[in-house]
Amino acid sequence: MKKNSVRKNSIYWYLFIILLILIPLIPQVAGNTFTQHILVLVLLYASMSQAWNIIGGYCGQVSFGHSVFFGIGAYGAGMAVVKFGMVPWPGVIIGALIAMIVAVLISYPCFKLKGHYFAIATFAIVEIFNRLFMVWYWVEGALGLDYPLVDEGWKNFMWYETKIPYYYGALFLFVIIFGLVRYIERSRFGFYLQAVREDQETAESTGINSTLVKLMAMGISAFLAALCGAFFVQYSLRVDPPMVMSLSVSMTFVLVTILGGAGTFLGPLLGAMILIPLQEYTRVLWGGLGSGIDLILFGLLIVLIMIRQPKGIMGLINEFINYKQKKKQIFSESQEKNQKEV
Amino acid sequence: MALLEVKGISKNFGSLLANNNVTFKVKRGTIVGLIGPNGAGKTTLFNCITGIYKSSKGSVSFLGHDITNLPPYKVTRLGAVRTFQIVHTLKEMSVFDNIMIGAYLREGNSEKAGKIAEECLKVCFLSEFKNKRAGDLTIGLKKRLELARALATDPKLLMLDECMAGLTSTEVKESVELIKKLKNKGITFLIVEHIMEAIMPIADNIVVLDSGIKIAEGKPEAIIRDERVIEAYFGQKFSKRLQKKGGARVNG
Repeated sequence: MKKNSVRKNSIYWYLFIILLILIPLIPQVAGNTFTQHILVLVLLYASMSQAWNIIGGYCGQVSFGHSVFFGIGAYGAGMAVVKFGMVPWPGVIIGALIAMIVAVLISYPCFKLKGHYFAIATFAIVEIFNRLFMVWYWVEGALGLDYPLVDEGWKNFMWYETKIPYYYGALFLFVIIFGLVRYIERSRFGFYLQAVREDQETAESTGINSTLVKLMAMGISAFLAALCGAFFVQYSLRVDPPMVMSLSVSMTFVLVTILGGAGTFLGPLLGAMILIPLQEYTRVLWGGLGSGIDLILFGLLIVLIMIRQPKGIMGLINEFINYKQKKKQIFSESQEKNQKEV
Repeated sequence: MALLEVKGISKNFGSLLANNNVTFKVKRGTIVGLIGPNGAGKTTLFNCITGIYKSSKGSVSFLGHDITNLPPYKVTRLGAVRTFQIVHTLKEMSVFDNIMIGAYLREGNSEKAGKIAEECLKVCFLSEFKNKRAGDLTIGLKKRLELARALATDPKLLMLDECMAGLTSTEVKESVELIKKLKNKGITFLIVEHIMEAIMPIADNIVVLDSGIKIAEGKPEAIIRDERVIEAYFGQKFSKRLQKKGGARVNG
């Protein structure tokens, strides 16, 4: 029975992906760059948050340091194009690998801390990297990297007139990251992540090398976050330290996932689907009031949902499904009783 | 050759000596009970054997490997698996997934690991709770779940830390039956237990700790007559009174 439901879920998932592929064919989307922009950002933020979800959700190590890895990925692609005048691709790979190595090196000492203390340590790391990149002459310091005008197309991953190719780029990222997490979720590694989250001592006494599991999760997570960073810089065509390596960027990773449901597969997607439209439309509507209204609304939303269900929107949905099932069960039971009485 | 050999283990927390030069052996295929009054250092000894604490002195060997101060996961991989006195269920995961964590130790393939887990569910009478959230179980079931998870790792030696404390008498009986059944399958046990009527009938050998020192070791029948043991449990006064009464009580 379990196998069947897994297969059924897979079908739904593939259908959903096909739907996403077809979305740009809708005329309202094809003709409106603002809608395209929102769609791209939703996919990007969902991917970013899913990358964070591996370590923060499944493994339970709340890291506020992901903007560092995101930033390294962004600088990787940026440096390749701006400084070396190349196509971004080698920079993307090198940036992601560096992010992974940095993540493992930083996390190793930090993982000696648990819970809130780990989170605080990662706060400090963001600040350190922010300052470092601000004064680092080679990466243009606080000025940041501005993209030169180069040819449009997949080779340079750059377009000026339309955002549809960016959409497909983001979709590719989305499919890779969500696919990987789906795979991990059902594998031994996924189980080990959850065991470490629930109780490290138990995990150790069941034969799990918890440090190794955490480091691997962090490495994978940082690699994927860096890929998202590279996409981000190709999309905004500019990067400077506060844009990518700041606490507010780290917060987006965390908040989107927590709103949607940390440690759940669909949580990051749901979170991004709510936050991004909220962010972009408030920016358009009340742009004059200054930025931050979206975060006020978002914060309020998180508070309201967390009071009800700490597992976020996915938690609410699961609660609802369970409620329905129970109701159905009670209903059928009472019906049986009635029939017997008749 | 003994399966587990503890040689002169000492552990101090500052000036407090929790274990002092404890030595004993666990033979393959036997059940060894580790008893002692509260604060005798039983759990500390467990933690030293499994590598959760680093022992201050002494050595532990398992299957001929020196496992002194090895990290806990390595000890478990060798086949010496423990449960905890305070239950450590993975609350947010289902009962089945809890056991899967153990099953994955020897089997990377999810399907095969699932079969192992399924079997452990059955052996530990947990099948009907398979999809329940582990945090929602009663304490008795949680303890059994912990045993099932340890069992799924295919252990050679199971170390149970008060796996029957807080259970109802029916549950205790069930657990005793379960342990007997597993012993017949060739698993060796080292059991810390307070409930004497549970441990005495099944143990082949008893080790008694008091204030960190091993005060007696031997067959259960001999242990319950041992003066030092009675003294440790009930105090000198009671011990003397018992002596005065002489063999009358012991002999019938």
